[in-house]
Amino acid sequence: MTAPRLRLAHVTKRFGAVVANDDVALTVQPGEIHAVLGENGAGKSTLMKIVFGALRPDAGTVEFDGRPVHVRNPHEARALGIAMVFQHFSLFDSLTVAENVWLGMDGKQGLDEVSRGIRAKAAEYGLELDPARPVHVLSVGERQRVEIVRALLANPRLLILDEPTSVLTPQAVEKLFVTLRRLAATGCSILYISHKLDEIRALCHACTVLRGGRLVGTCDPAQETTGSLSRMMIGAEPPVLEHRPPRPGKVALTVRDLRLERWDRYSVLLDGVSLEVREGEVVGIAGISGNGQQELLATLSGEDTRPEPGMVRVFDVPIGRKGPEARRRLGLHFVPEERLGRGAVPAFSLANNMLLTRREALRLGGWIDRSFLADQTRGILGRFGVKAPGPAAVAKSLSGGNLQKYIVGREIDAIPRVLVVAQPTWGVDVGASAQIRAELLALRDAGCAVLVISEELEELFEISDRLHVIARGRLSPSIDTPRATVELIGEWMSGLWPGNAAVEGAA
Amino acid sequence: MIRLEARPAPSRAWSVLSPLVALAITVAVAAALFAALGKDPVRGLEVFLLKPWSGVRALTELGLKATPLVLCAVGLGLAFRANVWNIGAEGQFLVGGILGGGLALAVTANGVAVSRWAFFPMLILAGAAGGMIWASIAAFLKDRFNANEILVSLMLVYVADLFLSWLVFGPWKDPRGFNFPQTMNFAAATGVPRVLPGMRLHWGFALALAAAIAMWVFMFRTYRGMQVLVGGPAPAAARYAGFSARFALWTTFLVSGALAGIAGALEVAGPMGQLTPHVSQGYGFAAIIVAFVGRLHPLGAVLASLVLATFSIGGELAQSRLGLPAAITGVFQGVLLLSLLGCDTLILFRPRRGPA
Amino acid sequence: MNELALLVAATLAAGTPLAIAGLGLLVNERAGVVNLGAEGMMAIAAVTGFAAAFHTGNDWVGFAAGAAAGAAAATVFGWLALWLYTNQYATGLALSLFGAGFSAFVGTGYVGKNLEQRAASGVPGLRDLPFLGPALFRQHPMVYLAVAAMAAIAWFFYRTRAGLVLRSVGEAPESAHALGYPVRRIRMAAVLVGGALCGVSGAYLSVVYAPMWVEGMIAGRGWIALALTVFATWRPARVLLGAYLFGGVTMLQLHLQGKGVQVPLQFMSMLPYLSTILVLVVISRDPLWIRLNMPASLGKTFHPGN
Repeated sequence: MTAPRLRLAHVTKRFGAVVANDDVALTVQPGEIHAVLGENGAGKSTLMKIVFGALRPDAGTVEFDGRPVHVRNPHEARALGIAMVFQHFSLFDSLTVAENVWLGMDGKQGLDEVSRGIRAKAAEYGLELDPARPVHVLSVGERQRVEIVRALLANPRLLILDEPTSVLTPQAVEKLFVTLRRLAATGCSILYISHKLDEIRALCHACTVLRGGRLVGTCDPAQETTGSLSRMMIGAEPPVLEHRPPRPGKVALTVRDLRLERWDRYSVLLDGVSLEVREGEVVGIAGISGNGQQELLATLSGEDTRPEPGMVRVFDVPIGRKGPEARRRLGLHFVPEERLGRGAVPAFSLANNMLLTRREALRLGGWIDRSFLADQTRGILGRFGVKAPGPAAVAKSLSGGNLQKYIVGREIDAIPRVLVVAQPTWGVDVGASAQIRAELLALRDAGCAVLVISEELEELFEISDRLHVIARGRLSPSIDTPRATVELIGEWMSGLWPGNAAVEGAA
Repeated sequence: MIRLEARPAPSRAWSVLSPLVALAITVAVAAALFAALGKDPVRGLEVFLLKPWSGVRALTELGLKATPLVLCAVGLGLAFRANVWNIGAEGQFLVGGILGGGLALAVTANGVAVSRWAFFPMLILAGAAGGMIWASIAAFLKDRFNANEILVSLMLVYVADLFLSWLVFGPWKDPRGFNFPQTMNFAAATGVPRVLPGMRLHWGFALALAAAIAMWVFMFRTYRGMQVLVGGPAPAAARYAGFSARFALWTTFLVSGALAGIAGALEVAGPMGQLTPHVSQGYGFAAIIVAFVGRLHPLGAVLASLVLATFSIGGELAQSRLGLPAAITGVFQGVLLLSLLGCDTLILFRPRRGPA
Repeated sequence: MNELALLVAATLAAGTPLAIAGLGLLVNERAGVVNLGAEGMMAIAAVTGFAAAFHTGNDWVGFAAGAAAGAAAATVFGWLALWLYTNQYATGLALSLFGAGFSAFVGTGYVGKNLEQRAASGVPGLRDLPFLGPALFRQHPMVYLAVAAMAAIAWFFYRTRAGLVLRSVGEAPESAHALGYPVRRIRMAAVLVGGALCGVSGAYLSVVYAPMWVEGMIAGRGWIALALTVFATWRPARVLLGAYLFGGVTMLQLHLQGKGVQVPLQFMSMLPYLSTILVLVVISRDPLWIRLNMPASLGKTFHPGN
């Protein structure tokens, strides 16, 4: 019986009053693909940072190959044979692939040697990668490939992947799994952090579940159902959404042949995007991040007013050149993806943050009616169940889920006729997610036109009536959600929908 | 090993304590410096900190010194909060002084009959116009060409200084001034109305207080003020809300420029009574310190300006009574701002023992 | 002809302090840190360097003292901005204000003191060439050292792994941190290099260029050096070029005055400041161009907490 590759016992990590990890244990065998499952805020990332040396535990022990170790920094982790692929890539946009990989190694090899190594490793695992290209021209999927090759070149004994599939099409996920299984077969252990239950069941040999920073248990995912895993993860039955059949009314939001020049070298231009959203329906747009979502959203919200006026219409009023305030007056409201810094000013109180999009508290000459504003804010906190001390609480003191409920609530409370929402539940816990999705559906049933842009396919399937896919700045035709499958949408994410001229593989 | 951990919400207590601790550090440094220079620290601190506050005359002088600081700092506080780095208040002060002084000179030279209270508003307008003109150069170049406002507004300080120098060495030089670089003394009617007989404190002080209150109302009670303030901490939120960054840029530059210009005009027509190459004693730069020590808050600026005015008068007293260089004021100003910035860290972070 | 040679020589001499300070600030900014304290560091270093040269009679001791003083001032800035997470702009500004006051205070006793006239130096063998000799080879050694420093920095940036690490820290400190690089220590090193070079520049001004100490003698050169890094779009060779350009403007103004051109002295003296503004306008006109070249994290506080 060989010693386990990695063994954590009694690991505790506190951030101020918050206990991110509380007496957590984790054992990974050599050659094992081990999932760490938990919803947002369960303490997965903290645990992985401890293993990788980016954080130090307040208590507990770490053993690697049977010997106790104190990993003080990522350099020491790499020396032990631990490599990590980050969810938010640790890449440098202006440098080449080879330079990026070189920076992640110990520096004993020259740059040319590293380039050769990249080619060899990429060929071995069937990953296409040109070492000479600068990173900023790569797609998100290609960037992840850089991270993976960088990790593989260190010949790791333990590879950590943090939510690796959030940037991949379903087909690319399959390819990644092939790579990982092959790697595990060579004896490398893999820690696979995810909240996607199907993936864990398909890939992993063992699974450790965390909830609220505590260890819930360990299981063999192949023996579990999606439902039983979900119960372990959230500690309750997964909430079920009531989805009534849509009753679409007249066209509320129209985008016609929207084209946009390149704004800077990092962004994808929009190429003839057309869509319609009717009153009383939810239209979803799927796609891998970086395919034009940000640009499309900015033209819808009014933050980017470069399109021709007629390219964007609300109830047939051309608004392409109008700013956000004018669009809100026409009933178009927007919930952005970034909560802190865009949807809310982090250091401002919740009351002041109302004024970003709401003007009811304004009196003659722009005078702010403070008591009205406080009441209005309290109303939102109460109606949407936002956990906050009161209207004077600063936005950044709220948890991600509560702040998102506040922002979505602020826009829904304005009784919009069209609501555009980006990533409604990104980084939000399951309870809040379910509540936000239910609110969006209630809004739809009340006759509002809702457009949701998300990278979470599951979410789009759950709430959308129709689906589009965006790839390389082009938009697919729409398909009724009941007729769509994950496989079909996955193909479309690569640009492979019927009639698309630009079909040379988008991911 | 001490490390800093982000607080979930800014500490209100430290927001108030920080300037006080910074002041305490500065006083400690001052005492140490006096001792190192062979002076009795107690006596040194007494001259430096207490003397400027003893007696009615001293207090009026303090108010006089604080007036330009309040005016400049109130505007800078707005600009810095909006993330508009106008650090050229000194230049805007000078041009305000030039226009205000030029007006007074014209009245004097042409023998125009005018009363002090009739001239006062004209002086204010001239000063505001001067400051706004100078500030609008930096605002325009930032708006139109994206030129860094820090460097442009600072370069304009040197240009304004040289322009003033040209005026008093050249066309505006007093023909009967024994070739000294200065204008003739302005007519008494152009002087700023005094608050108390026999004291130099003028009604500009009240104007400065009114400006601080008006700024407070603008910042925290009006929609326009709030629009300006969002752009600093969260430019993306301002774009999302549809608040114009150009509006914030122009508003902050014009308002801070106008206030600095008014300060300059008041200084020239008030205590100076003529234009010389040394119109400003670095008020525009000291006001940057005032703005930060006052938490970029208009009412805080009033308190902080009294501190800096104390330093300034204390420095003059230290020179005449202790034989120390007056430049010691600049050292203490710098120490105050540096220690304030360090202490401000505790507003957003708390120290923790132990590893990261 | 001879006059032109002298103008070239004077241009190089006037551009050198800007070049040295600009190169130091370039290293600083490539690591993602903008230090608006340049003017203050130069002032502190100028008075320190002058005092050291005055008491020892050795210019090089003066330069070393200036470098040490600049680095010491930069340490204060670095500690506040990197370890206490203070706003880089405010902290640099504070250092500039402190430097102005501190140098005036310390320098009170040195006003009016003069250093002995130094013997003219130059490059042996080349100093007597026609035209080229007086134009290029009769300079203070510091002029040549500035060129060497430019070459060394360019080599460091683009040919060494350490230079790549420094640039990567300026580009994406979070990524560098995730890969295990000590971001704050690397930035501190860059800040110290920036301070030391600003210090050498300040000492060169008071020991060689002026040579004397007077309050306010830096006269905005620290700020112009900051503008130079923008002008150069953060490339070493262009910093040098820009510095000589500004040196040329300064000299041209003196030259024209000598020629008896009828423009008031004050307007001539405005030229360096006005050209700085002009240069900023021309170079910044295209925001995309700046964004492509600017170190991506410039001026942003990095907190390694999460």
